[in-house]
Amino acid sequence: MSHSLIQASGLSVHFPIGSGLFVKQLLKAVDNVSIEIEKGSFFGLVGESGSGKTTLGRALLKAVPISAGTAHYDDGEVAYDLQDLDGAELKDYRTRAQLIFQDPYAALSPRMTVRDIIAEPLEVMGLTKGRAETDERVREIAARCRLNLEHLRRFPHAFSGGQRQRISIARALVSGPKFVVADESVAALDVSIQADVLNLLKQLQDELGLTFMFISHDLSVVAHTCDHVAVMYLGRLIETAPTRKLFGAPRHPYTKALFSAIPSLDPDDDKTAQKLAGEIPSPTDQPPGCKFQTRCPHAIDICKSQEPALETEGGHDVACHRWKELMNLVAA
Amino acid sequence: MTPLIEVENLTLQFRTDEGLITAVEDVSFTLMKGEVMGLVGESGSGKSVTAKSLMHLNARNAVYSPESRITLHTDTGTVDVLSLRTPRELNVVRGGAISMIFQEPMASFAPAITIGKQMVEQLLLHSDMSKGTAKSVSVEMLDRVGISDATRRFDQYAFELSGGMRQRAMIAMALSTNPSLLIADEPTTALDVTIQAQVIDLMKDLVSEFGMGIIFITHDLGVVAQTADRVNVMYLGRIVEEGPVREVIRNPRHPYTQGLIAALPKLEDLDAPLTPVPGDIPSPLERPAGCVFNTRCSQVVGEECMALVPMNCRLDETHSVACHIYREAAE
Repeated sequence: MSHSLIQASGLSVHFPIGSGLFVKQLLKAVDNVSIEIEKGSFFGLVGESGSGKTTLGRALLKAVPISAGTAHYDDGEVAYDLQDLDGAELKDYRTRAQLIFQDPYAALSPRMTVRDIIAEPLEVMGLTKGRAETDERVREIAARCRLNLEHLRRFPHAFSGGQRQRISIARALVSGPKFVVADESVAALDVSIQADVLNLLKQLQDELGLTFMFISHDLSVVAHTCDHVAVMYLGRLIETAPTRKLFGAPRHPYTKALFSAIPSLDPDDDKTAQKLAGEIPSPTDQPPGCKFQTRCPHAIDICKSQEPALETEGGHDVACHRWKELMNLVAA
Repeated sequence: MTPLIEVENLTLQFRTDEGLITAVEDVSFTLMKGEVMGLVGESGSGKSVTAKSLMHLNARNAVYSPESRITLHTDTGTVDVLSLRTPRELNVVRGGAISMIFQEPMASFAPAITIGKQMVEQLLLHSDMSKGTAKSVSVEMLDRVGISDATRRFDQYAFELSGGMRQRAMIAMALSTNPSLLIADEPTTALDVTIQAQVIDLMKDLVSEFGMGIIFITHDLGVVAQTADRVNVMYLGRIVEEGPVREVIRNPRHPYTQGLIAALPKLEDLDAPLTPVPGDIPSPLERPAGCVFNTRCSQVVGEECMALVPMNCRLDETHSVACHIYREAAE
């Protein structure tokens, strides 16, 4: 058993909303989530918009406050409890945990050269002793991200989407992080470029020994890059397993529906299997019981009153009252 | 089958400070009545610009070449779209015979006017309905696209609707004038997969019910496979491959189409490595001479790829490809 880099237990992120003096409403963006991310893994987090996947990623980076629960970080050199991290330790954590953004067009300042963009984290965090050292580190990481010296002198507008995303990656990795959250990092790219950036991320993970949390709404991308996948719905973790187990035999009705919603490349493959009706409920107005019961084709009484706990069997966790019964139904 | 719209030799350039930029070059296609045609390509391939030309909707700095011709066949006669000038003439192709669904439904509705008022307004513009009939037609359309409680939604604003609901309202609005051609520009790209599946199903139902022609613009080959009868693949302003959707997806002939399909992560085979199309799409300011794809092509056959624009080669009655590899086969 290799050891885990991140171990979160009962993690919640709640945002107070509304200006009511007495009634404080809470938006439960992430609620009671427990996950373990193994060192050196490529951990995928999937879900629809509003499922809380971005908020969970940011909570683990300590970019939004953790409302309840614990998150433990241990990279072998240092160990932190993220929920009460502050001061110098938080500063140190910032160098160890980094974020790659979704939109490479919005994430790069148009007024800075590529060299300055990549060097900025080093300068802000005071990680180098002078310009010469900064330049050397910038050049090294730029080369790893397949950017040449000529590129460093230019401004971002001169680059295509794929190149810009490589600049964003270089900027995120220049401080030498151990843990990287990639939030929809290929969603804005064209298909022909997307594969290139994914291959680069995998290669960098290998070379630099990184641990990735890869947030995406695209299941086929996740299936190809990640070795472990967690599915979120309305702030809850509803299923998590090694990629092959999850894609081979999904247990939660929501995960199954997500799979069958992917448009098939085969024009004759008319998937009538499972189409979900309705939409994800608002996080401020959550249904009682199982959060998925309003759209679930298999919901029964217990689903409407009692929230299912995460059950583990064979290294595959699922939160559904009826998963066993439903799996048997399929098998029969 | 009768043709609905014919596009011939469409070439479109934009006048900019950096000179003329070619967005669409020598594009020709015909859409039959009741047919769904997919227009696939990456960002910058000119698919949206092509679609907008059908409504004469491109920005003022657009320059159409003299050979460009777009002919729309309506019940009352044929219309030469590019010769239309006055707003009254343009009404026919803007919301009358042609409707368009845009990618981002939040940006396409006016935020301070109710959904209903916007629907009624366009019906009054494009038909001789009374206000009362226009309202009942609108509510009926909202109901038809699966919006529950349509009378209440009619009086709501765009921000009160969820993303999927807004796109349904957009579709209802586009169809209420009973257009003979619907242009859908990335209608599901901003939606979650489960909602995308709902919208695709809805559009399929509506095609069989209303029988209009649809041009479906998307970058997602899976979406095209599930919706279109025929597909045109565009790259840097040119159509590089054209044919029935089954044929093009199962038996792609152009190196670019082959690359696009190979680059898609497939759920059926998780062990298959992801193979990107090498390089980046060139800037429109640096259009390559010869075949537009020659900077990224792995199957360059010789000098002609660098110097000559490949002609359209017919592989069979329905499938054609613009690539030098197939030139001999065609001759």
